[in-house]
Amino acid sequence: MNQLINVTLKVNGTEVSRPVEPRTHLIDFLRNELALTGSHAGCEHGVCGACTVLVDGEIVRGCLTLACQLDGADVVTVEGLTESGAIADLQTAFHLRNALQCGYCTPGMLVAATAILGQQPPATREEIREHLSGNYCRCTGYEAIVDAIEETAKARAAGRALAQEGA
Amino acid sequence: MKAPPFAYRRASSVADACALLDAHGGSARILAGGQSLIPSLNLRLSQPELLIDISQLAELRGIRVSATEMIIGALTRHADIERSAEVRARFPALADAARQIAHPAIRNRGTIGGSIALADPAAEWPAAALAFDMRFTAVSTQGERSIAATEFFKGLYETALLPGEVLRSIHVPLPAAAQRAAFGELTRRSGDYAIAGAFVTASVTGGWLGGTRAAFFGVATRPLLAARAMRALDGSAGDAAAVAAARAHLEADLDPIADLYNSRATKLHLAGVLLARLVARLAAPGG
Amino acid sequence: MNAPVPGLAPTTYIGQDTPRANARRLLAGRGQYVDDLRLPRELHAAFVRSPHAHARITRLDLSPARKSRGVFWCGTGADVARAVSPWVATLTHFKGMKSAPQYAVAVDRATWQGEAVAVIVAQTRAQAEDAAQLVEVEYEPLPAVTDMETALDAATPVIHPDLGDNLAFTRGVDTGGVADVFAAAHLVVEDTFRFGRHTGVCLEPRAITADYNPSENQLTVYLANQAPHMMRDIFAKHLDIPEANVRVIARDVGGSFGIKVHVYPDEMAIVGVAKLLGRPIRYSADRLESMSTDIHAREHRVRAKMGVDRDGRITAIEIDDLTGIGPYSVYPRTSAVEGNQVVNLTGAAYDFRHYVANLRVVFQNKTPTCQYRAVGHPIAMAVAEGLVDHAAQKLGIDPAEFRRRNLIADDNYPYTSASGMKFEALSHHACLDKLLALMDYPALRAEQKALRARGIHRGIGLAALIEVTNPSAAFYGVGGARISSQDGCTLRLEPTGWVTAQTGVTEQGQGTEAMIAQVVASAVGIPVEHVRVITGDTDTGPYGGGTWASRGAGIGGEAALLAGRELKANILALAGVILNRDAAGLDLRRAQIVDAATGEPVLPLAEAARIGQYRPDTLPREFQPQLSVTRQFGQRDWPFVFTNGIQASYVEVDPDTGFVKLLKHWMVEDCGTIINPLLVDEQLRGGIAQGIGAALWEEVLYDADGNLKNGTLADYLVPMAAEMPDMVLGHVETPTRSSELGAKGAGEAGTAGAPGAVMNAINDALLPFNARVTEMPFTPERLLRALGKIA
Repeated sequence: MNQLINVTLKVNGTEVSRPVEPRTHLIDFLRNELALTGSHAGCEHGVCGACTVLVDGEIVRGCLTLACQLDGADVVTVEGLTESGAIADLQTAFHLRNALQCGYCTPGMLVAATAILGQQPPATREEIREHLSGNYCRCTGYEAIVDAIEETAKARAAGRALAQEGA
Repeated sequence: MKAPPFAYRRASSVADACALLDAHGGSARILAGGQSLIPSLNLRLSQPELLIDISQLAELRGIRVSATEMIIGALTRHADIERSAEVRARFPALADAARQIAHPAIRNRGTIGGSIALADPAAEWPAAALAFDMRFTAVSTQGERSIAATEFFKGLYETALLPGEVLRSIHVPLPAAAQRAAFGELTRRSGDYAIAGAFVTASVTGGWLGGTRAAFFGVATRPLLAARAMRALDGSAGDAAAVAAARAHLEADLDPIADLYNSRATKLHLAGVLLARLVARLAAPGG
Repeated sequence: MNAPVPGLAPTTYIGQDTPRANARRLLAGRGQYVDDLRLPRELHAAFVRSPHAHARITRLDLSPARKSRGVFWCGTGADVARAVSPWVATLTHFKGMKSAPQYAVAVDRATWQGEAVAVIVAQTRAQAEDAAQLVEVEYEPLPAVTDMETALDAATPVIHPDLGDNLAFTRGVDTGGVADVFAAAHLVVEDTFRFGRHTGVCLEPRAITADYNPSENQLTVYLANQAPHMMRDIFAKHLDIPEANVRVIARDVGGSFGIKVHVYPDEMAIVGVAKLLGRPIRYSADRLESMSTDIHAREHRVRAKMGVDRDGRITAIEIDDLTGIGPYSVYPRTSAVEGNQVVNLTGAAYDFRHYVANLRVVFQNKTPTCQYRAVGHPIAMAVAEGLVDHAAQKLGIDPAEFRRRNLIADDNYPYTSASGMKFEALSHHACLDKLLALMDYPALRAEQKALRARGIHRGIGLAALIEVTNPSAAFYGVGGARISSQDGCTLRLEPTGWVTAQTGVTEQGQGTEAMIAQVVASAVGIPVEHVRVITGDTDTGPYGGGTWASRGAGIGGEAALLAGRELKANILALAGVILNRDAAGLDLRRAQIVDAATGEPVLPLAEAARIGQYRPDTLPREFQPQLSVTRQFGQRDWPFVFTNGIQASYVEVDPDTGFVKLLKHWMVEDCGTIINPLLVDEQLRGGIAQGIGAALWEEVLYDADGNLKNGTLADYLVPMAAEMPDMVLGHVETPTRSSELGAKGAGEAGTAGAPGAVMNAINDALLPFNARVTEMPFTPERLLRALGKIA
């Protein structure tokens, strides 16, 4: 059972091809094959959310997705979101609010947050808490994370409203 | 915590998946959304020789409505159901239930068919299938057949699916005008498996309940209709006395089993509280 | 005449919200955790672990594993013992304490479910796990000691026959005459409190890469750890390598909370195997391994009673604490500290004189326990606060008023508690007043009453607390443990005028580096952005204890202050020589040498630094600029510098389901001088969340045979975002005089008080039902039982 599957996918905008063992989950693929170590394997059974990444624009658990399934997929990690500037406002809000301590959950939190930042009207604190209910943080008690996401969501919604007014 | 080695084949069609299943007998597993299978692989609780990946079969995805039923493709994801305007309009209780399944990232990959085929006794969809009297279509190289939900869930992770069969679609009868449904579950943390959960459906005419179906999950080795309790509610107004009578039957109907944190007595008590709350919602004017 | 140049005023970063510079890297996914590291020729390890809580290993055959694909090496306990000597974890100041020799990998016998019995080294982790599955082990199961209540019974097997019994440690305190005081009390309340064994659940599992270079007899260990120097000493001793040849590097650490400050046998095995093989060996505990091998904590049963006089004043407290610690005391801090803290701290926020405490620490066949955040505090606080609310309720006194009558008066310091703890200066009453104001306590009570009438059952729970911080050598050093209670800071003035700081205290996300930068910048007189801080490498920087017992700011920060002042004096001396002025008339402000009297800039720091580094030839021959300094600090005035605070929890209980909803949480805390409020508040909030976890969800469950029943994160319940309340925080600042900075620790107070506050809030909500719960976590089932809803 030493089958290797060739997969070609886009990761952070760049096409990559690799032979992978079928058992290799996406997070090990990203970390070990592509040295994208920003995403973490916290539990490897789908509970902690440290491995949250975007696949075809949607948040998924990297540990519950096999790399061999992703031929043709478009994967974005915290590294990609950082380099594109897509979450610069969110990262700044996290920084100023100190919405992280050890930082191990942070990439997963940031990626998970992207899924509700576009919401109109902006997500409430309760909605944010509910949305993050699958992302474990042992350090912060979550409040600062909720604050940072709430602030960013509001700012983005206000920015959009302003842009629409201008147009 | 790494999965054991296994081989992988991406099915090109449902027929291809069935042929692969036939060729590999019991050593192959169907990979749908993978949100239950992959953790069990990572934990080495499951060691199949082959995974047959059906996750990219578009023919298995989507929600359609016919004159008599809503047809949900087996690969339709929890998130699709959660966001479906069609589901929200016709079966709000199913839309509510979809939102309670695990967490957003899981709902983006987990599928209704996978959940039903796995028959996890703590999962929402199998109980929903009982309460809404759903039917499932299974296909194999031998053809296809329709299985009633009431005949489907045999035991712990045990279903009426035969070796070689793939679940293709879920069929939900469209509700009569008077039908009402309520869903609820008791979880200690958002997204956890429920200590007890239930769907209750009934036709409510002039305040009277008829054709009541109450399906429970998280309390026994499989999802269960509480048959005696249902009968006790039929013909009542869902009042306190009727609910008390129905609750008295739950022990016999459900025969609850303890979980890590909750004894049989707690499960039974909470199932009863849930039944009372859901019936109250059904029976409420405008409910 | 020109307008005068506006003078620069002295500035300080002490007390300022300063975002952490190192957080930007973590936010970009650029952390450097141990598992992110890749070394040439590295190999991966996996362990075969005992499925039994207690079993003799009768046969262990590695040969099938050796043939498995990718396998490089397999070893048994005896193989690893060739490289790693066993240890015994006792402290000499814990009189009579005993434990048994522990090996890195079990030899002949496994004593808890999850203890390693063999190690596999392969090209990949997956291959190592494949091979581990093939190892053939035959076990002869032995009776497992699981119930601490019967651990000392004559009929119970003794886990380590050489020790004679299962008693690891016992201690008693008796202030004398206590029975008479109880007999004379107006009221005596009694409760039995039970605390669920739980664990730290760092999101980053324990991780290690050990790299041994035989040609130099040099060991480098990359370790997710809080105390690199302690680990260096231990690796050197147990692998027989000169300490100078051992380097321990702790870069980013993904949460620690005390979990990563102990010696773990599997980590010792990895280091040993690296030495045996001469190749880098990598290992991360997976989540299942974390749950069964990270230290556990807090399995206690405390029988307690409190005597109160007619005026509602506490006259006496008596406790009996029984705690189970697993089969071995954990090295080198020992597993007796937690129980010892319970004895020291119970009731110690209150002014009373008569105290009896008995502690028994027993061995069991469960995962070893040791120090986890707020060691012993959550138990001691919950016991005392539970009794206080119980007594207040019986007397019909409002719980806040009862505390006002009994908390040690703010002008009554120094004060020695009935248990012998010495308090320099605490502020219980100021904190209580501030808390009640923050909560709008009367309005909350009115709301509670109004809702109760409508069948909505809410409860308010208070919990006063004290916290051990800034320990002296009294904690470990006096007991013979080679754990430093001092810490140092080395500062280097760069030719640019920036400063590089190296400190022995370590960073696991608390903000150690930001805190050090603020202190250094303030002391030297430069912008905080001009300070770069380096932590976590035993090859660089001064020797020190690391980060535990809330000592980072109080000890490490003080060393940084002293070093900063010294460096500043050296810089001013240099400037004085350059400018040919008396250095006493100069100051350093915002990277400018200024006239101390007017604040007028006279020389940029960068220019002084340039001259000091590159042009000493322009200075008088007898003057050598000293542009690097090291200062060390150990706290000597008190065994520990105590802090205090008080918390409040507001909950809603559903009496039909037994579910508890957290509505809000408040805390007022006094950690002395606050260096960075942003960081302190995050310590409090995160600490509270962990305390809430203990109160509501977290418990490691075992069956009677010692099998761990909830080893996944799906089954062991940690606090998640949806259930956490918002938390309102307030501060009182009573600086300690044991240092110039005046900072005390803040890392554990949240965890210390939250369980008691939540318990009291639940019991307050349950009052109309005449129900009471004292067994944590407060599961729906426990509430339903108390409510009489289930048998």
